[in-house]
Amino acid sequence: MFFLIFKRFVLGLITLFIVSLITFIGVEILPGDACTSYLEREAFGEALAACIKRLGLDVPAHERYLSWAFNVIQGDFGYSLSGQMQINEVLGPRVKNSLVLASAAIIIGIPLALILGIITALWRDKMPDIIISTVAIFSMTIPEFISATLLILIVAIWLEWLPGIVIVPTDVTFFELLPNIILPVIAIAMIMTAHMARMVRSSVIQVMASDYIQMAILKGVPYWKMVFKHVLPNALLPAINVVALTIAWLLGGVVVTEVVFNYPGLGRLVIESISNRDLPVVQALGIILASIYVSINFIADLLTLMLNPRLKTLQTRK
Amino acid sequence: MKTNIQEIKDLSIGFKSQKGKQISILRNITTNIRKGETVGIVGESGSGKSTLALAMMGYIKHGLFTTRGECLFKSQNLLSLNNKELEEIRGRKIAMIPQNAGQALTPNLKIGYQIEEALRLHTDYSKTEREKKISELLNQVRLPSPKIMALRYPHELSGGQQQRVAVAMALAGNPELLLLDEPTTGLDVTTQAHVLELLKDIAKDTGTSMVYVSHDLGAIAQVCDRVIVMYAGEIVLEGPVRKILKEPIHPYTYGLLKSIPKLSLAGLPDSMPGSQPQPGNIGSGCSFYDRCNFSNDKCKVNVPKLEYISEMDTSVRCFNHSELISITSEQKSKNHLQKEITIDEILDLKDVSISYAKQGIIDQFLNKVTDTNPTVKDINININKGETIALVGESGSGKSTILKSIAGLLKTKDGYIKFDKEKLLSGDLKKRNSEDLRSIQLIFQNPDESLNPNHTVEQILSQPLKLYFGLTGSKLKSSIAELLEKVRLGAFYMSRYPRQLSGGEKQRIAVARAFAARPDIILCDEVTSALDVSVQAAVLDLLQKLKEELGTTYVFVSHDLAVVKAISDRVAVLYQGRLCEIGPSKNVYQFPSHPYTEVLIGAVLEPDPDIKPKLVAEDIVEEKPPEIGCSFQGRCPRIIGDKCRNETPPWQIGDNGNAIRCHIGIEELKIQQSQC
Repeated sequence: MFFLIFKRFVLGLITLFIVSLITFIGVEILPGDACTSYLEREAFGEALAACIKRLGLDVPAHERYLSWAFNVIQGDFGYSLSGQMQINEVLGPRVKNSLVLASAAIIIGIPLALILGIITALWRDKMPDIIISTVAIFSMTIPEFISATLLILIVAIWLEWLPGIVIVPTDVTFFELLPNIILPVIAIAMIMTAHMARMVRSSVIQVMASDYIQMAILKGVPYWKMVFKHVLPNALLPAINVVALTIAWLLGGVVVTEVVFNYPGLGRLVIESISNRDLPVVQALGIILASIYVSINFIADLLTLMLNPRLKTLQTRK
Repeated sequence: MKTNIQEIKDLSIGFKSQKGKQISILRNITTNIRKGETVGIVGESGSGKSTLALAMMGYIKHGLFTTRGECLFKSQNLLSLNNKELEEIRGRKIAMIPQNAGQALTPNLKIGYQIEEALRLHTDYSKTEREKKISELLNQVRLPSPKIMALRYPHELSGGQQQRVAVAMALAGNPELLLLDEPTTGLDVTTQAHVLELLKDIAKDTGTSMVYVSHDLGAIAQVCDRVIVMYAGEIVLEGPVRKILKEPIHPYTYGLLKSIPKLSLAGLPDSMPGSQPQPGNIGSGCSFYDRCNFSNDKCKVNVPKLEYISEMDTSVRCFNHSELISITSEQKSKNHLQKEITIDEILDLKDVSISYAKQGIIDQFLNKVTDTNPTVKDINININKGETIALVGESGSGKSTILKSIAGLLKTKDGYIKFDKEKLLSGDLKKRNSEDLRSIQLIFQNPDESLNPNHTVEQILSQPLKLYFGLTGSKLKSSIAELLEKVRLGAFYMSRYPRQLSGGEKQRIAVARAFAARPDIILCDEVTSALDVSVQAAVLDLLQKLKEELGTTYVFVSHDLAVVKAISDRVAVLYQGRLCEIGPSKNVYQFPSHPYTEVLIGAVLEPDPDIKPKLVAEDIVEEKPPEIGCSFQGRCPRIIGDKCRNETPPWQIGDNGNAIRCHIGIEELKIQQSQC
């Protein structure tokens, strides 16, 4: 089992290495370089030379990759061109904001999705299932920019309960941020919860139809005891990976929602830095988002390994 | 007269079709289970036997409902109780032993917990008493080292062990009635015989009533006092086991018994035409009318009633049962004459070894396999043109592995496979030319999985014809029609999809697809084990006729010794990937034989309550063949000591022409085996 974990870990590192290569090469083969694309029409003479010097673009590509990669490992992403500051300083508050948004959505969305999924499965084809499933399908199919806009229209403009868009400086404190995130969280959670609840529902239904649940019923196990002991542990195991992907998607920035609500998170930073042609930031974001996906999937794998008896006993059994 | 423990009165269970029509799965079932008796419920798939057994626990599957009647357990109608009341009865008064214990044990809970759960729910034992009882129960079902066993997860146990755990779990509540739903289907022959033995002992020791549901008349014959035969959701015959199996006075039971291949009778069994009607497609008269050889006009319009014949203590649903009484006394079987096989070698397996071991990185680089103890080793078999050779053994014997490597799906580690005397067959499928591929075709076990569900029969059969012969247009169409004719299906089957065919029809399409390539050799991988007995007989008959007509060579893999005896000319017995014995099939089943063959033959269940299986070896499951010595040393009842453990046994040829690989001399084996 330890070997298995080690293997997954090494594979994760290799994935990150490949992603870093691809982002670096991608930026490299774009016509021009970071300086010409940022300076645009002013890309000549002294300004260009100064920029090239500052970014160290005058050394060969492979050397630049090595020094960039070495710095990244130490947590230094270099300079942002548009903000004229350390990328770390740009990223810091953005990461924090995205974390706040994502955590709120996770704390509300995941338990809700589990509960709704289980309810719809256990009351399959009955009223609770029909109502919840219909609502879920609606909130799944309405694109988030529409649901977000509708939320702003109803809650912020008509009812005037909450601010419609987030107009706070990037580095506000947590408590100042809180009222601003309610609407974005609702907009995100609607889609996420609906997706996950449907997944949990089908997984629970599948387990409920299995031979061992029929056996548990015929053994005389009381209904709720059967649900908690025999159904859920087996039904929720495959859900772990879906939950992990959802969390990674949230942390990576929910671009559309962030743009609609003007929320200063990672997703908007991606859009901003691309439209500003700020290639060092794009590069840094690429590697950060990849790290989030890889590490969350690694954690999900660990959890599955620990909870699935088949995998747990794989290596220890002689 | 013993008291009834369960009474089923006029029970009908059905479902609503999409058009809103009510379709019955069980129709007007009335029967009783008496205290202390074991009742067998027999029928082919779709006869409603499992639905009936579940109804006896008050359990109706999702989508089904009771249309009329009741199921009384001690004068309490189970079908009208609520869940709370049922929980009190299930597991405590009536317990179930499921068909596939591997899937019926919850995968995330340890064995010990699952048994303890039953104890906690249905007994008043304290925690320490429960722990003691778990060990007792595991001991009772003869599982080794119960303390360790209790800490295991279901997937860590072998199939036989899982089934024993299910039995222990059912016994935990000390029930008065045990329902067994095909408890030994899917187990190896020796394991099956052992589990049946265990169940019989439990019935005797505890006095529990049992209902034994099975399609296997051999198993029924061993454990049951009384038998209920079901057909298309009805009881067609009911009576004492001896009467039912020796004087079956219903044409269906009569045909069913005749379609079972038996060790004691040579040749192919008689097949029954047609297949069981689907629920909802049952005509106005007798449900067996279409397939019956004894029917007349009366049967077409009138539904026969279940009639009790007091002198036989048997109930039968047939107008003409009196005619059958006279016939059933003589059991004849048509003997197909085994053609003499001329020695004309078509396939030569020489020193073949196959390994599933994963190669290390360096070995992969050097392209070599370093497994010293491969899954299959030292296989030497010559196969002659027009011969049917059978590979027999329990699961893990390597029989399918050998088949796959002949087909080119698995690489051999050592040795070679030569086709038509000079052509060396490559272990790599991609390196075989189209001609080699055409000449060897494969038929799989399960036609549900081997036929593409999105292709029509025409598309399925046109593929080999297009690929190997480039047929198109009307020529292609007529070839397909011809093929369908060959497998006794009409040309109108062309436009059908696999889901519109019955199990037997699907397997016929799979046979037709194999023959479409006009192959020299057809590899049959357990081709009849997913089929009902009556259908199995028909498919075996078809294979035999096609072979006689076209001179094809079959390599026939099966775990069923009786089927093998019926169809094959020669048999090779395998254990743990090593050959034990090879010889003409009529002789392999005679002594002297290899001790493993002896064990296998002893465990075969004949549909006759007077022929008992002989259990000579333990049914332990070995994970790996031993590194040195005889492959069967771990289980051999005739082991003679260190010689068996250290030296590979030599081949010996008996006077019956069998080659046996054993350290015990032929004469000695003959003496020992004739004594028991």
